[in-house]
Amino acid sequence: MIKNVYDDEVPKVVTIKETVIETPTVKTFIFPFEITEDIHPGQFVMVWDLNNEKPMTISVIDKKNNLMGITVRKAGPFTENMYENMGVGDKIGIRGPYGHGYELSGYKKVLAVGGGSGIASLAPLLSFYDNVDLISAASTKDELVFVEKFKKENIQVHECTDDGSYGFKGFSTELADELLKTGDYDIIVGCGPEIMSYKLLELSQKYDIDCQLALDRYMKCGLGICGQCCIDDTGYRVCVEGPVFDKEQLGQLSEFGKYRRDAAGSIVEY
Amino acid sequence: MLKSNILGMNLKNPLFLAAGILGTTASSMKMVARAGAGGIVTKSFSLEANDGYENPTIVKIEGGVINSVGLASPGVEAKKEELIELEDIRDETPVIASIYGDSEDVFCEVAQRTKDYVDAFELNVSCPHAKCGFGSNIGEDPEMTYNIVSSVKDSIKDVPIIVKLTPNVTDITEIAKASQEAGADALTLINSVGPGLRIDYQTGKPILNNVLGGIAGPMIKPIALKCVYNTYKTVDIPIFGVGGIKDYKDVLEFMYAGASLLQIGTSIMYDGPEIFKNITDDLSIFLEENGYNNVTEIIGLSHEL
Repeated sequence: MIKNVYDDEVPKVVTIKETVIETPTVKTFIFPFEITEDIHPGQFVMVWDLNNEKPMTISVIDKKNNLMGITVRKAGPFTENMYENMGVGDKIGIRGPYGHGYELSGYKKVLAVGGGSGIASLAPLLSFYDNVDLISAASTKDELVFVEKFKKENIQVHECTDDGSYGFKGFSTELADELLKTGDYDIIVGCGPEIMSYKLLELSQKYDIDCQLALDRYMKCGLGICGQCCIDDTGYRVCVEGPVFDKEQLGQLSEFGKYRRDAAGSIVEY
Repeated sequence: MLKSNILGMNLKNPLFLAAGILGTTASSMKMVARAGAGGIVTKSFSLEANDGYENPTIVKIEGGVINSVGLASPGVEAKKEELIELEDIRDETPVIASIYGDSEDVFCEVAQRTKDYVDAFELNVSCPHAKCGFGSNIGEDPEMTYNIVSSVKDSIKDVPIIVKLTPNVTDITEIAKASQEAGADALTLINSVGPGLRIDYQTGKPILNNVLGGIAGPMIKPIALKCVYNTYKTVDIPIFGVGGIKDYKDVLEFMYAGASLLQIGTSIMYDGPEIFKNITDDLSIFLEENGYNNVTEIIGLSHEL
């Protein structure tokens, strides 16, 4: 029996309460939002700037103060406009949260790897679980996200930069490999560029541990009907069955790490 | 109980996936087939790739969705690759290609290039949010509809042609008759209603980027039923009923009104693709309990009472 036929899910317009410039290309927006029990790290919201709309992972889930946050990296006209022009007092519309997030109950020790702004998807895990070690990676020191936030909250993070300007010198997957050698992790989770995520899946196979990764595909409805974000070969809807997939699902995704589809549905290779 | 043979298609059940829903990739259409759909209608495509409108393009509202995707599609050659991938499911789950265009030539060209990979074509002359010259610009006019349908029929001899009609006309039966006279093998009733409009109450901004969008989902069922009921009295070709079907009771209403086959789209957002199995299970039980031997026995029942 279908129960939600008469729910109205037009964007909920909220007023931005706080912004944080994280890096020269990354900015966080915090706004009031009722944090219900079913909201979970790894889920996403559709963000409407009163003109266009894009899916964004939830980067702040503050139950105590009923605040939500998103962390935006400049990657195109939508995010550039948000970074440059939107601030406290401006209005944005939010649909969702949608999709399945990380499910980490039952695991003893979690290694979470965030590449660039991918750390936005993982940071809320820290307020839901107390057994998560974080790797935050960026090309260079200035592009590391949430450095101040983690310092303020006294959270230990393994930072790494491609150029060695801060923390471990090298790729996040190299640091992850180091940590997995010695640590007794039973799952690796991650969000970031797909090439990094694909390597994380390979690492989980190498060390025979579980894996959950957040994937990103072009989205239109967020409701599981338009078909835009469906992923080969299983046809999983990234907006419903994802965006976080487990190891078994990831193993079935033939396009993972290889290609994606654009707004028209045409294949674009990585 | 649910088997039938219509338009040369052997069907395990009468429930098709509707055009525009989960119909972009072969993978998603196969996923819907595995979930129990009796047949698949692809998302509409044409000669060239089309990004459609900017988001927001589909938003859930009371009783359904408002949408203006704008016929986003990868173009005929890329779509052909997806259709070829569907070859191995067609024995059990026939595939209908929904195609669109702005001229007789475009419809014929798209159909010619893909006819070897589909069990039928559904001509989309009814999209309410297409750009000028496409979609319902054609299907609101009996003469334009006649010309498109007859030219595709002349061009494609051995694949059935279905015409999907818009409800947003004074008398849908006129367009239905024109389609039948032009040689259509079946009709699909209805495309989305409107277009309609939703506005954000705080800012006054229309929610869809394209401002207006087609209305679909359970709220349009009574309109769809009326169109099927009236058209059944006017034409002799089979009708696909579509518009807000979410459970077996809706299926029964559409078949009583005159639909031989059904299509389900928007309601997948409530129940997931499992909706096909849920409905076919419930429908079989109802038919059995009410003494029917086959689902086709109830087609047009309301007209005999």
